[in-house]
Amino acid sequence: MVIKIQDLRNVAGDLMAKAAIEIPQDYLDGLKKAAASEEGELSSFVLQAMLDNYEAAKEDRRAMCGDTGVPRWFVKLGNEARVEGGMVALEEALRRATAEATTGVPLRPNRVHPLWRTDHDNNVGIGAPEIEYGFEPEGDWIDLITVHKGGLFGTDYRMLFPSDGIQGIKRFYLDSLVAFGKRGLACQPAIIGIGLGGSKDICMTLGKRASTLRIVGSRNSDPRIAELEDEFMELGNSIGMGAMGFVGKNMVIDCNIEVGYCHTGGMPMSVHAFCLSSRRAVARIWPDGRVEHRTDPDWFTPYQRRDTVDWPLQQEAAE
Amino acid sequence: MKLREIRLSTTPSAEDIAQLRLGDIVYLDGLMYTAREGVYMRALEGKANIPMELPSESAANFHCSPAATIRSDGSFDMGAVTATASFRFAKWLPEWMAKTGARLIVGKGGMTSRDYKEYFVPNGAVYLSTVGYGTGALLGRGVENVEAVHWNEELGLAQAMWVLKCNKMGPFIVASDLNGDCLFERENAKIAEGLHRVYEGTRPATLKRYGETDDRSDEVI
Repeated sequence: MVIKIQDLRNVAGDLMAKAAIEIPQDYLDGLKKAAASEEGELSSFVLQAMLDNYEAAKEDRRAMCGDTGVPRWFVKLGNEARVEGGMVALEEALRRATAEATTGVPLRPNRVHPLWRTDHDNNVGIGAPEIEYGFEPEGDWIDLITVHKGGLFGTDYRMLFPSDGIQGIKRFYLDSLVAFGKRGLACQPAIIGIGLGGSKDICMTLGKRASTLRIVGSRNSDPRIAELEDEFMELGNSIGMGAMGFVGKNMVIDCNIEVGYCHTGGMPMSVHAFCLSSRRAVARIWPDGRVEHRTDPDWFTPYQRRDTVDWPLQQEAAE
Repeated sequence: MKLREIRLSTTPSAEDIAQLRLGDIVYLDGLMYTAREGVYMRALEGKANIPMELPSESAANFHCSPAATIRSDGSFDMGAVTATASFRFAKWLPEWMAKTGARLIVGKGGMTSRDYKEYFVPNGAVYLSTVGYGTGALLGRGVENVEAVHWNEELGLAQAMWVLKCNKMGPFIVASDLNGDCLFERENAKIAEGLHRVYEGTRPATLKRYGETDDRSDEVI
């Protein structure tokens, strides 16, 4: 059975609005905790204003932030999923949903040509929105995930080496947080994503996905990496900097680390900040038209983190 | 909480501005226009006539592109509004202020105290920062009406000059004063005092970046 293209169109439109308007519950819970613990006078005022802002956005059904980021899509398909009209039809549906939401919500038409600054006023253009894919060994469903991350500050990349070690990783982490935390350019407190390893481009991808596709409170399945996540969250919150770069103690709502195998001589690292308006929305669509909305992209499954040549399909089915 | 709250006109008097202190919370009333690189380039480098009477109609320049659209009947749908980082506009601001009499520059992240001392203070102007960032929905509620959108054809929706009628629009934070002092630099200095403790034991990168320093009072703007 195929998944109907009209179902995908409808859900994509809903997700665009949801992402722009509704702060995900996991981030909201994290921010409320931060607001309760914040002692800096200005930082506290800022966090309270943000909590008021989420309410106002939901009540008025207007975008929570005037900068509605750069909309993009992550698509996860179960191995048996088939789309009416094929993947080209799906991509058209996602591009159309992006364009229509730009006037419908409305969103800020952020996407322009890098040189000629051409703006189609609809967030669609060359390579925009980005659409990336992942697969799972079982299932006839599609997960649509939209993320509207801010685009300018809070992200950096560096080629480190094995000799840099954990203390070198910490240094670059702190450098990135302090550099973009000053004046609040990173719009912290944020979900900090760290990518370690991979080739250079994938290192960036891993970090971006760590910040946008994992929820507050989640931990890496490798217990030693999970420990580092706890440690790095605490380290970031001990800088003494809060919202807007004012004196405070809440810089990091959570820290997520994702890894990929890299060149034996290197240890590339990227740092990303998913901001006070952590815009993401997720839904699963089945061929029978069922739709299930959720806030957890659940991207990093055991299959996504596999380190073997094959994946025993039958064995999983038997379990 | 002992933060002061102030209602301020977008055509403020010299006395109104003189009373503002770093960290005051401000709500704006009156007309405010958006202008960023597109408007600055067109008005200053392209010498186009500015389509408003400035500063009599408004002395408040918002570094902003709204999440808004123009409906097919020509009316406006204004959703959320938040500011964009102002330091990128330092190149044009001295000339813009001289030409338009802007006294409230409203944006994200502020400018440097050097900017404030060199051309804000002589023009009797201060910087107001948006809060968050960003309280886009709250600020959107403070827009009573979109009075006009200028240069939309030429610059696109994001760079156009939006004229907003503000009604207790806010909150904003006073980030510079008539001494030329900078709120963000004040906070940075306090935070910098404790940074060496946080960095203790960490290791400088094996491969340096050309031009890299270890001065932690440095900023990226």
